[in-house]
Amino acid sequence: MCGIVGIYLKTKKYEKSLGKFLSGMLDNMATRGPDSAGFAIYTKENKNNFKYSICLNNFSEQDFKKKISKYFKKIKIIKYSDHVIMETKDEPKEVIKVINEKIKEVSIVGYGKSINIFKQTGNPKDVVKKFKLSSFSGTHGIGHTRMATESAITTEGSHPYSTAEDECLVHNGSLSNHNNVRRDLIKKGQEFKSENDTEVAAGYISNKISEGNNLKNTLASSLKNLDGFYTFIAGTKDGFALLRDEVACKPAVVAETKDYVAVASEFQAMAHLPNVNSAKIFEPKPGVVYNW
Amino acid sequence: MNFDLSKKKLTDINKYLQNIDRKSNVRKFKIENPSGHHAICAGLKDDIDVTINGHTGYYCAGMNQKASVTVHGNVGTGVAENMMSGNVFVKGNASQSAGATGHGGNLVIDGDASSRCGISMKGINIIVKGSVGHMSAFMAQKGNLIIFGDADEDLGDSIYEAKIFVKGKVKSLGADCVEKKMDDKSINELRKIFKDLNISENPKNFKRYGSARKLYNFKIDNAGAY
Repeated sequence: MCGIVGIYLKTKKYEKSLGKFLSGMLDNMATRGPDSAGFAIYTKENKNNFKYSICLNNFSEQDFKKKISKYFKKIKIIKYSDHVIMETKDEPKEVIKVINEKIKEVSIVGYGKSINIFKQTGNPKDVVKKFKLSSFSGTHGIGHTRMATESAITTEGSHPYSTAEDECLVHNGSLSNHNNVRRDLIKKGQEFKSENDTEVAAGYISNKISEGNNLKNTLASSLKNLDGFYTFIAGTKDGFALLRDEVACKPAVVAETKDYVAVASEFQAMAHLPNVNSAKIFEPKPGVVYNW
Repeated sequence: MNFDLSKKKLTDINKYLQNIDRKSNVRKFKIENPSGHHAICAGLKDDIDVTINGHTGYYCAGMNQKASVTVHGNVGTGVAENMMSGNVFVKGNASQSAGATGHGGNLVIDGDASSRCGISMKGINIIVKGSVGHMSAFMAQKGNLIIFGDADEDLGDSIYEAKIFVKGKVKSLGADCVEKKMDDKSINELRKIFKDLNISENPKNFKRYGSARKLYNFKIDNAGAY
């Protein structure tokens, strides 16, 4: 089943409440996906520094600090349960290489100048609490509650998937041609960490964007190239986009007010948002890309 | 009698409404703060009047018998699914599969209904004052799907003996669905439905669609159409 949610703030009014809103949305979608949860929250862009969202797995923060300090000197680390957000001027190419090769105990779940990603197994209600999602402010965020189908209940199998700087994807549905698409993308140099179908879709989107396409055209092209059923919410530094496959088996509802746009699998995910009862509420059409 | 879903459990409210004391004169009920909950007013079976103020989740007023349910808001997937009799009024938009498999009664949607509206309907009247999404009236067996706006792709795919009336544009018809003559019988039927529901519309403005009856008994000559 799975639940997906997203909220984009059109004005500054609710920036401080973004984490609280997203946390409530994920809480309400726990019924659709009790196995794991995750979210990406876009905070103010720091032009000089990169932020790396890192899952420590069973490694301790001290050990990680000790190891990473051997390679990078000016770093700032903030711990959130079993994840850390590491800020540094050092470029992704170097940092990712070092972490993947020298600190194999941990895994990078995302990076960029604005994005923060957290994901973990367990009930979404507990996951949002342990990462203190309510305390975050920001401009937009997307989230996912997972009912595992085609791959195991692990952190790697949890959404969102981030396969490039400040990009991420959540997905409700399943893809049938992901093995073929994965093989093609690997030939083009894309790397994958899991057997998961959504990671392939995220990689597909990142690959298209790296070739110079915008998010809207990229998603439109996935109607041709990704086979299966899906509702996608793809996030970038500036906003997010929504797409349902042409058969539209998987649900989605949009609520738009002058201050925000909220997207979710079911209306109950957004029932707690301010003025939602007077929002423009509609079901996105199949095969149409909506972006904000 | 008023119920507040932010204070009372949905199962308790539904249980109460499903087991009305038939000797009681209390026949009007209101539900506040539905907040997108699923299965609100599912399985009602008495002649009562329920108003829901707000948006509901899936299967609102499903399996309804005799009751009249009015939703002042939008409804999720499968509103009035498998309804047997009574009336369900939706003042906003409806999600997918509105009135699915409905056997009887009237479902009136003031806004739009999305994909697969009236899928496998079996005798219900569904009136959509807005437009409907793709694959509406898929495998519809009996009843009337009346659309004031437009219909998306594959309207009436694999339809049996249900009737479809559309005032707006039809993007495309599904397999074995064809336009039929708007004869006097159909005009009178439509006039009666509108009259019963206090709807002021001229039946003559509608086009009628139904089954070409080539698919539902297998004929080797039609193999290419399957």
